[in-house]
Amino acid sequence: MQEDSVNVMLVLKNLSTVDRKRSLSNLNVELESGKIYTILGRTGAGKTELLRTLMGLDMITSGSLELDGQDLARLPVRKREMSMVYQQFINYPHLSVLQNVAFPLRRQGHSVEGANEHAISALTLVGLSGFEDRMPRELSGGQQQRVAIARAIVKRARILLMDEPLANLDYKLREKLREEFPRLLAENTDGIIIYTTTEPAEAMQLGDEMIVMHEGQILTKGAPEQIFEVPASVEVAKLISDPPVSIVKGEFVDGQLVLGKKTIEFSGEPEITLNGTIQVGIRPDALSVGGDTVAEVILSEFSGSDTIVHLSLEFGPAVMLVEGIHEFKPDQSISVSLDTSRLLLFTADGKNITER
Amino acid sequence: MGRSYNIIKYCCLMVWTIFVVFPFLWALSTSFKDANAVTSGARYIPWIEFEPSVQGWTSLFASGSQGINIVTPFLNSASVTLLASIISLGLGTLAAYGLSRFSYKVGFVKNSDITFFFISQRIMPPIVLAIPFFLMLKEIHALDTILGLVIVYVALLLPIAVWVMTDFFASIPKELDEMAMIDGCTPIGAFFRVVLPNSTAGLVVAGMFCLIFGWNDFFFAFILTFTETQLLPVAIVSLNSSVTPWWSLSAFALISVTPLALIAIVVERFMSRGSLARGFS
Repeated sequence: MQEDSVNVMLVLKNLSTVDRKRSLSNLNVELESGKIYTILGRTGAGKTELLRTLMGLDMITSGSLELDGQDLARLPVRKREMSMVYQQFINYPHLSVLQNVAFPLRRQGHSVEGANEHAISALTLVGLSGFEDRMPRELSGGQQQRVAIARAIVKRARILLMDEPLANLDYKLREKLREEFPRLLAENTDGIIIYTTTEPAEAMQLGDEMIVMHEGQILTKGAPEQIFEVPASVEVAKLISDPPVSIVKGEFVDGQLVLGKKTIEFSGEPEITLNGTIQVGIRPDALSVGGDTVAEVILSEFSGSDTIVHLSLEFGPAVMLVEGIHEFKPDQSISVSLDTSRLLLFTADGKNITER
Repeated sequence: MGRSYNIIKYCCLMVWTIFVVFPFLWALSTSFKDANAVTSGARYIPWIEFEPSVQGWTSLFASGSQGINIVTPFLNSASVTLLASIISLGLGTLAAYGLSRFSYKVGFVKNSDITFFFISQRIMPPIVLAIPFFLMLKEIHALDTILGLVIVYVALLLPIAVWVMTDFFASIPKELDEMAMIDGCTPIGAFFRVVLPNSTAGLVVAGMFCLIFGWNDFFFAFILTFTETQLLPVAIVSLNSSVTPWWSLSAFALISVTPLALIAIVVERFMSRGSLARGFS
């Protein structure tokens, strides 16, 4: 991160809110302009609440929120120069598509002609040229969300917030829009883009940096590959892949990991000088068919091109991802092998101890 | 189902239609009768069963001792109802928006309690309100005036407006107002620029209720006026003296029903064209 005077920084310090649904506790994070931040977390992790707090729709109970040194917490919503795309397709039902997109510009004081001109180019960008005179209700869900996106990017806001914008779309449309996002968001290069999602793949694909949230807290922030390779904690590990990383209990004795009847030597550095119970994370692709470990199939399911097999191993339940479509019957005994070099090791209270 | 279902359906509808339309037909034929025809039993068809006369209609607009003045009570009713409805709708819409979007708490009083206070005004039997209203209007010298009636009708119509509009605003997603604020509107701007233009359906329904209740009210119009300010329902009833002119009374009743019927027809057309049925998913 080089020092750059042009960079706008959004700084959250010990930010907390109290809400009936989900409170945010003690968030500390710095975001800089020109980057896309994806927030990954399950439903109810506090992603939406964070966005609402940034926007000023929810109040901060303690801590501070600063944009470029300016205290945002005191600014009313309309003066924060942010834009937002909701999960629901929110457009103004009484306005045409063109008027919808021109609306924020008109409020900023642009003339009708100027606003319309910008709006038309934004609509062209999202692939809706020719739809200017339609009403939002006459459009499909995907098109409605495109209008909402056009309205959000046309403002060139300092902060663009997207709250699971693809969650209510069907699979095909979701894929298509996701592919277009880098191009659409390139418009907003001077701003900070914050994009929330529940899907690990989406978060890693779109984000320059990824923030993982759980139960109103930020668990970690960093480059997606970094977080994927070395998740900071058990909670992060559980969130970063789909199918999820399986967590089982293991025992560390004299530098060796004991998993059930299996003893795994850890050679190389750094030496782990820890004894006692630890938690072991098994990535779904660390298990493969054929090997010396006996496992019982609990359930197997197909996901497009892969087979996800839920196994019961002697040291606990785990999920195995097998490429291609394979038939596994429940209660069937199969032999699998475990790629021990890809195990994730956590202390009993969930901190990462793998250093690779 | 199918054919027999349709036959039954239309039979029921026909019976119902006769039930609903008959009083109007009866009033219509009565309005063209003279004293002789009215008292000589059930007769429906003019020229064949009785000799029609327009006396019932002309008497409404004639002046002098024979004439019954319909114009003044009609205008009184119209101005009182319109004024009271507009004021109630205006105040009620603002109150309803506040109740649907903001949480209030004063001691133990919360939003739901405030909503209930509004509705509770209509739970009481009207007679309970009559004496207080009378005394209050007397105090401000507004008895037997248009102004006094407007004040009372606002008190009666406001709960309806608040109730209908609170319900309606609840169906408009909160995100729409938020979006407007994010896009640069003040909270009031969000209401006028975004929420209100999308509330025509609710406003029409609430307005209809106000007009119907206001136009049809007899009780308060009867108690709070004497001779100066007469409203239509009271004027109709006052025709009913020792010798009731049934022909005039029928014509009078038909005229007083007309405005509401016209409004209902227009609104119904408007609604079914879909311009009001703007759904939020």
